[in-house]
Amino acid sequence: MTIAGPAAGSAQTTPTSPPKAVARNKIKTGEGRLAWMLIAPTVLLLAVITGYPIVKALYSSFQKDSGLNAATGFFDQGGGSAGVSNYKHWLLQQCPVQGGGVGKCPPGTLGHEFWPSLSVTVGFTVVSVAIEAVIGMGMALMMHRAFKGRGLVRAAILVPWAIPTAVTAKLWTVVFDPNGVLNKVLGTNYQWTSDKWPARAAVVIADVWKTTPFIALLILAGLQGIGAELYESAKVDGASAWQRFTKITLPLVKPALAVALIFRTLDVLRMYDLPKILTGGANGTSTLSILVVDQLQQGPNSAAALSTITFIFIFGVAFLMVRIFGANVTGASKGGTK
Amino acid sequence: MRTNRVAVAALAVGLVAASVTGCSSSKKKSGSSSGSDRGPITVVQGKDNNNVLPDIAALWNKDHPTEKVTFRQQSDSADDQLQDLEQHFQSKDSGYDVVSVDVVWTAEFAAKGWIVPLKDQYNLDTSKLLPATVKSATYNGTLFAAPASSDGGLLYYRKDIIPTPPKTWDELIADCAKKGSVKGCYAGQFANYEGLTVNAAEAINAAGGQIVKEDGKTANVNTPEAAKGLDFLVNGFKQGYIPKEAIGFKEEGSLNAFQDGNLLFLRNWPYADSLLNTNAASKVKGKFDIAPLPGPNGHGASSLGGHNWAIGAFSKHKATALDFLKFAESDEVQKLLINKASLAPVVTSLYSDPTLVSKFPYLPVLLKSIETAVPRPVTPFYPGVTKAIEVNTFAALQGQKSTQQALADMQSAIQSATSG
Repeated sequence: MTIAGPAAGSAQTTPTSPPKAVARNKIKTGEGRLAWMLIAPTVLLLAVITGYPIVKALYSSFQKDSGLNAATGFFDQGGGSAGVSNYKHWLLQQCPVQGGGVGKCPPGTLGHEFWPSLSVTVGFTVVSVAIEAVIGMGMALMMHRAFKGRGLVRAAILVPWAIPTAVTAKLWTVVFDPNGVLNKVLGTNYQWTSDKWPARAAVVIADVWKTTPFIALLILAGLQGIGAELYESAKVDGASAWQRFTKITLPLVKPALAVALIFRTLDVLRMYDLPKILTGGANGTSTLSILVVDQLQQGPNSAAALSTITFIFIFGVAFLMVRIFGANVTGASKGGTK
Repeated sequence: MRTNRVAVAALAVGLVAASVTGCSSSKKKSGSSSGSDRGPITVVQGKDNNNVLPDIAALWNKDHPTEKVTFRQQSDSADDQLQDLEQHFQSKDSGYDVVSVDVVWTAEFAAKGWIVPLKDQYNLDTSKLLPATVKSATYNGTLFAAPASSDGGLLYYRKDIIPTPPKTWDELIADCAKKGSVKGCYAGQFANYEGLTVNAAEAINAAGGQIVKEDGKTANVNTPEAAKGLDFLVNGFKQGYIPKEAIGFKEEGSLNAFQDGNLLFLRNWPYADSLLNTNAASKVKGKFDIAPLPGPNGHGASSLGGHNWAIGAFSKHKATALDFLKFAESDEVQKLLINKASLAPVVTSLYSDPTLVSKFPYLPVLLKSIETAVPRPVTPFYPGVTKAIEVNTFAALQGQKSTQQALADMQSAIQSATSG
């Protein structure tokens, strides 16, 4: 985000800064200076509310957490450079052992949970976003058609998205209760929230239920931009329904779909509330964000390192996705209007 | 026109700058040390669901017109309370004169220097109090807090089926054969959360095991005694005297199972007693009774719940705060707490007070439970230690690892958490 800050600033100023000589002239006349003054509050505000915490977190991630002084039984002040040891703790699984030094992180420590958490987070992301994309596409196609009661269907589909995540999680806890609705309906006896795979499935189900409408809505917006005459001429040319979907709908809806997928991917990678309330992060459903919060209690500097790792990871994924989809996420026009 | 625009822009910058600096300066509290450490105090505690604080405040303010107390209520959730306290102590807030700390946080707060040791000029007499509660407020041989309320585990049993409650685990397991149409036999709280630490610690302590040594940082859990204790729970799931769904039980889930008549025995806190008799949905009204928790040879060892009062290290009115702590141990306040909020007293004599016992019949049994109670590990590294217990116990209960392996992992995880 440190990168995003100045970049966004310069993007805003580019249109107003013509070739150098003119620019200097403008500054002389005061218009350039005025531009700067006008955006100064925004830049200042961004620096204070976004820049400062990031820099501070980055700084703390290289600091030592306070340790217990064996002689007095009190905690030392902490601080002092820790080098990259906080990062090595997570990435290389180096935990403190008795009598000083580091060793492998034993099960039951937060360090031990780093790689499992990372894979669980990625797993949630891949599975839920894939399911949401497919169902969301179906919903969008349905909402796009003109039929009686379309307004009602659209409203019904959007309801889950309008419910706060915490409430969603609580609702699903009732459904997933061992004596709850789902087991009764399915005739099963799963421990939905206290067994590894059912718990993971539960998180995915609740997430898909809640956020598919979001994807559907974005896709619907894309669908509405496709002219009906395209379909008509395709029909005249004898294209089947499947051909019209793959050759017309998909390519034309791709930009909207890409934006939806990227937003959802980043969302799931940062997911905290849903598994926290549904399973407490137990049973192999602890995401990276949950791990960060747990670690905060045990050592804030080490937590800062973990959140930096998470931040860089998510940033990397976002970057890759933008590259792959060539998505127009930020709204910056590509060689169009310039 | 142009100057106008410049002026507007400058004004905007000025406003933002003012609000930013205003923000930072308002945080700083003017610290005029008056010399005397008496004056009005603020007492911080979790949400007052039973509306008992106004009564306590009135009682105190009547006798201390110049040193009035103001209560500040935090959220309902223990995690949020802990976070609130940590943030205020980290910023050295002098407004937190007296704070309510969960028994398991006391050691950490003491080791971080956030609460005042109750010795020398701040000495507090604990002779009237239950020894286990005093132990939970003691770190490194020094008392750091005044016990406020206590809590201990009890065995709820169906007296219509089992007339005499089991004293030992073997008796309990034998009684399971008599359960008849009742679906499950025994349950406690076995979901992967703090309640699991409570239940695991009870089993381990009852069998003579230990989790962390007195120094608060040396793990001592990989022992045959601890294995015997943990096996009571592990075998429960294996042999079926603990029902399968108990792996997801927190307090509420286990209470519901007992209330629906699906359990013969339940380990829970005293609060369940009145709920089981008053809940409209309860099918066991008048059909159950309570007893101390069983152990391997005679009564077991309950974990200890409850809260302690402590004096904030940055308080400017510590002498008043100490008086408040003494006031909180008085019979008057302790009675208020149990009568209005069902919080069990820490003063021993109140457990045989006839009026209280007639209103709260579980008190004599609870006293037995608390007398033999063992606090959960008193360690400044509690968050890491409880995590190590939870995760490894849970894996053992699910059958993912053997009891031996779970204890070995617990041992090294605790060791790692306390070496940080």
